[in-house]
Amino acid sequence: MNLEDYKGVWVFAEQRDGELQKISFELLGKGREIADKLGEELTAVLLGDKTDDMVKELVAYGADKVIVASSPLLGHFTTDAYAKVICDLANERKPEIIFVGATYLGRDLGPRISARLATGLTADCTSLDIDTENNNLMMTRPAFGGNLMATIVCGDHRPQMATIRPGVFEKLAKDANRSCPVEKVTVNLKESDIRTKSIEVVKVAQVLADIGEANIIVSGGRGVGSKENFALLEKLAVTLDGVVGASRAAVENGWIDKAVQVGQTGKTVRPTVYIACGISGAIQHLAGMQDSDFIIAINKDATAPIMKAADVAVAGDFLKVIPEMIAQINTLRNK
Amino acid sequence: MNIVVCLKQVPDTNEVKIDPKTGTLIREGVPSIINPDDKNALEESLRLKDAHGAHVTVISMGPPQAEKALREALAMGADEAILVSDRAFAGADTLATSHALAATLKKLDYDIVFAGRQAIDGDTAQVGPEIAEHLNLAQITYVEKVDVIEGGLKVRRAWEDGYEDIEVKTPVLLTAIKELNEPRYMNIKSIFEMFQTKEVKVWSAADIGADISLLGLKGSPTKVKKSMTKEPKGKGELIQLPAGEAALYVVSKLKENHYI
Repeated sequence: MNLEDYKGVWVFAEQRDGELQKISFELLGKGREIADKLGEELTAVLLGDKTDDMVKELVAYGADKVIVASSPLLGHFTTDAYAKVICDLANERKPEIIFVGATYLGRDLGPRISARLATGLTADCTSLDIDTENNNLMMTRPAFGGNLMATIVCGDHRPQMATIRPGVFEKLAKDANRSCPVEKVTVNLKESDIRTKSIEVVKVAQVLADIGEANIIVSGGRGVGSKENFALLEKLAVTLDGVVGASRAAVENGWIDKAVQVGQTGKTVRPTVYIACGISGAIQHLAGMQDSDFIIAINKDATAPIMKAADVAVAGDFLKVIPEMIAQINTLRNK
Repeated sequence: MNIVVCLKQVPDTNEVKIDPKTGTLIREGVPSIINPDDKNALEESLRLKDAHGAHVTVISMGPPQAEKALREALAMGADEAILVSDRAFAGADTLATSHALAATLKKLDYDIVFAGRQAIDGDTAQVGPEIAEHLNLAQITYVEKVDVIEGGLKVRRAWEDGYEDIEVKTPVLLTAIKELNEPRYMNIKSIFEMFQTKEVKVWSAADIGADISLLGLKGSPTKVKKSMTKEPKGKGELIQLPAGEAALYVVSKLKENHYI
């Protein structure tokens, strides 16, 4: 393998039902930075059916080039069809790097591609950079249940491949005036290449009954004061795509269901973000949530134990702080 | 029907603690378990055996002590167990691991290859699809339901926002998630059989006839350049500001850390 033959950064543009997924733009955002560091081209590779509108978006979000494979056989994702089209293209054009979203789809497709191309794949990366000494891609990911961060390189194989967690990197600002070459490639696929047959796709409303599964928990304690006030926590939870939790005191006051109780007698949780409102932080409660990645406490009493366990401790009234937070998050999202 | 289940023995990462002084992982005393998703794959295979009749073989690549995980699988009701163990496998990344397991599978009969979606010590979810590629099998990942139909299977795979029902002819490779089932415990009859009549076979790299250049460190395109424990939690910061400014600070922190 002559590594010099491999040039350019490819981003797999993930779409579902003709709609580009957010991760595609995030990959373009990070891909742009990596391509610039290498002084190479950033290419979005889009597979689908009726792709014209999606192509325009990929251009507007930073691609130098878009390769489009359009076919009725590519409208709906199948491992067989997608892996074939992408591997055929990669074998012919030899990209140096391929980024794929670490979505359910990308984690199905990514390893199938890397195995066929006989190269490495680093899963679920949260940080990417170029080694200035040798221009290798440095891919950093959590391991051991998040207890360890490892930086992985794929030094003597090409392409270097990584799947990337959604929500980690930012998309670029949309520039509808950008233009770039768009190449439609001939799709060399037969129906018989696809060994799975999709019978039905069903969308299910998210039910997060188990707070142990939630990424973000907005939790309330004695200081919340009433069932009605819990509705405000619920509102913040919904805004953050999270769920509501509670301390034992709040549950025993009948303000909220026991199923969401956090602590020694409730559930042990380790979400990415734990927001404790009106919770003093008894040792039994702390035992159930102190391994959360990022803890925010909002409490009138600046000396409460929870404030010492928190990454950010706000001395104040959650009834005033939370509505402000909701408003600011919404503003941020609408930007 | 022949089913081969790919198992990995893993340290129970829930029990892994960080040494606060050195900042390194404390591995001593951490119990080894069958990787949870793999156990779901085994359970589903045993259910297919119960309902339709099947021969269930469990295979694992690992050090000699991984035999314990395979013994547990036998005690749950698997018919046969093979430990693929050799110094030549040391330092394998997912690609090299998948080559060893695919070579093992080539020596066996299978209609279904069942693996867990991912292992809790690596979380890569790559070995299953990579095996499928080497064996040129159809694959379905994130499996949460399996039904036997004429000539194949009807499989429900999970998506982030729902699910998809898929029909596929065998042979096929599936990867299980925990929604698939609730694994059974070892039972007395199987434990008895395990000690009386069953053994864990041990196969070497030579036994599976794999291309040695594809195995272990040599066959691994990815290398760990460095690893570090997460920064220990520093002292938190106390914010004493009016509500609006305090909220602004909190939201900016959430944004900065990519939580929103």
